[in-house]
Amino acid sequence: MSTATNGMSQEFHPSMANAIAPYAVEEVRRDFPILHQQVHGHPLVYLDNAATSQKPRAVIDVISHYYESGNANIHRGVHFLSEHATEEHEAARRTVQRFLNAADKREIIFVRSATEGINLVAQTYGRKHVAAGDEVLVSAMEHHSNIVPWQMLCEEKDAKLRVIPINDRGELQMDELPKLLTPRTKVLAVTHVSNALGTITLLRKIVQIAHKHNVPVVVDGAQAAPHIRIDVQDLDADFYVFSGHKVYGPTGIGVLYGKMALLEAMPPYQGGGDMIRSVTFEKTLYNDLPYKFEAGTPNIGGAIGLGAAIDYVDRLGIDNIAAHEHDLLTYATESLLAIDGVHIIGTAAEKAAVISFIIDGIHPHDIGTILDREGVAVRTGHHCAQPVMQRFRIPATARASFALYNTREEIDALVKGIYKVKEVFA
Amino acid sequence: MSDLRELYQDVILEHSKAPRNFRELQSANHKAEGYNPLCGDHFTIYLDLEGDKIHDVSFQGSGCAISKASASMMTQIVKGKSKEETAKLFEQFHSLVTGQANGDRESLGKLDVFAGVSEFPVRVKCATLAWHTLQAAMEGKQEKISTE
Repeated sequence: MSTATNGMSQEFHPSMANAIAPYAVEEVRRDFPILHQQVHGHPLVYLDNAATSQKPRAVIDVISHYYESGNANIHRGVHFLSEHATEEHEAARRTVQRFLNAADKREIIFVRSATEGINLVAQTYGRKHVAAGDEVLVSAMEHHSNIVPWQMLCEEKDAKLRVIPINDRGELQMDELPKLLTPRTKVLAVTHVSNALGTITLLRKIVQIAHKHNVPVVVDGAQAAPHIRIDVQDLDADFYVFSGHKVYGPTGIGVLYGKMALLEAMPPYQGGGDMIRSVTFEKTLYNDLPYKFEAGTPNIGGAIGLGAAIDYVDRLGIDNIAAHEHDLLTYATESLLAIDGVHIIGTAAEKAAVISFIIDGIHPHDIGTILDREGVAVRTGHHCAQPVMQRFRIPATARASFALYNTREEIDALVKGIYKVKEVFA
Repeated sequence: MSDLRELYQDVILEHSKAPRNFRELQSANHKAEGYNPLCGDHFTIYLDLEGDKIHDVSFQGSGCAISKASASMMTQIVKGKSKEETAKLFEQFHSLVTGQANGDRESLGKLDVFAGVSEFPVRVKCATLAWHTLQAAMEGKQEKISTE
């Protein structure tokens, strides 16, 4: 098994990452096999990282290794492989705990995705605490995955969904927040980093204000996890979700963090194996945390792959990654704004490495097609954030989002591609 | 670049910048809305049907160059045609943009410029949105047509 990797990860401390400087992006790129290919006769320039990130060799190897020599079901077998798989799975949980700086590993619930994490909270905590006439507060920059689960809950309970507005820069209007927190507000669900705008929200402050009104905060951290240091204790977030695949891990695995006391008081989400202690037809006793929320055989390989992805991020150092990406963001912002007719949507003071842009007179879909033929992969459309598009009165944007392996040369390729777009439409 | 020139032919670019019949039609007796949630393309087709014949047709909305040019050229070519002729034309157009057109491309006339779309499978929905919406308008469907 990959005991070498995981053994190291358990003793690894993030401060060790400071040893690696300056940031050697060309070395980093060698860790990602997929990056070294041609698309339409051009070197691939992958700038769709907010949709999903590419996977380093370390993650690919750990996953194949697991299926080649370590696969077994967990928590039930007495045999060697089952014990080993259980150990690896739980080691991944401790890795995630360290990544989020959670107080206890039992606060880390493995789910399928950030979306499932939010649905879990809405369907358990939400259904228990939200009643007719109550309010759930979200923000105007949420991804659909942090709107629809709450909307469904509100419909079921005859509760009201209220929205914190954003300003023209794409920042939350913080002065509106206290007014929107009423005695009827039962949950506040907010993003840490906006996928469509790149805005980093003032999460610590939001949580402080919400807690003053005794409102728990559910944080969508899907876009934050790959870019910035997360400390759920410092943030004092009540729930925090993120996806494995956006932080260099596999798809199909995500994490829900919840404060122990909240998780313990919540009813289970799904019923099945693993989440029970004993079952009779008269009465079922539920298992302890975190297993109470992990019904059925989990995505074992996915969890182990996520652990390897976090180990990889730790080796580079999230602060080093953030600094590198900030350089890319600054460079890309300057480069794009220098092009006549290009406008950036989302100009918050604090931004992660995401740039949504539009070009006068050219639809984002056409931008995307032409950039693709230049080997440049960007996302075009509403980015599952239609209310954001409505707020800025645009149908869609093109979005370039950067990762730890992107380079300034790739931004030059994007700029060259944009000139090609303008040439086609001249 | 040659693929791109095939897709973004001058005629297409010209129609996308200055679409024809781009207005609300006062005499319309049929109307349908078409929406492509993937890219936000959104068109309304206004139709003035006289019995079986398209007396007049127009459109409004927003979308990419391909969808807009397709809507524009469609309104030009179907004007005066019967419902049946229009349906047949849509069939031929669909074959064209999906790369399944056989020898007979003559009847498509100017629409032949959309042949390049077949090299861009994700753009087929852009090229056909207006046509799907027109079909819905002819059938008198009231609900919004979606490409998804």
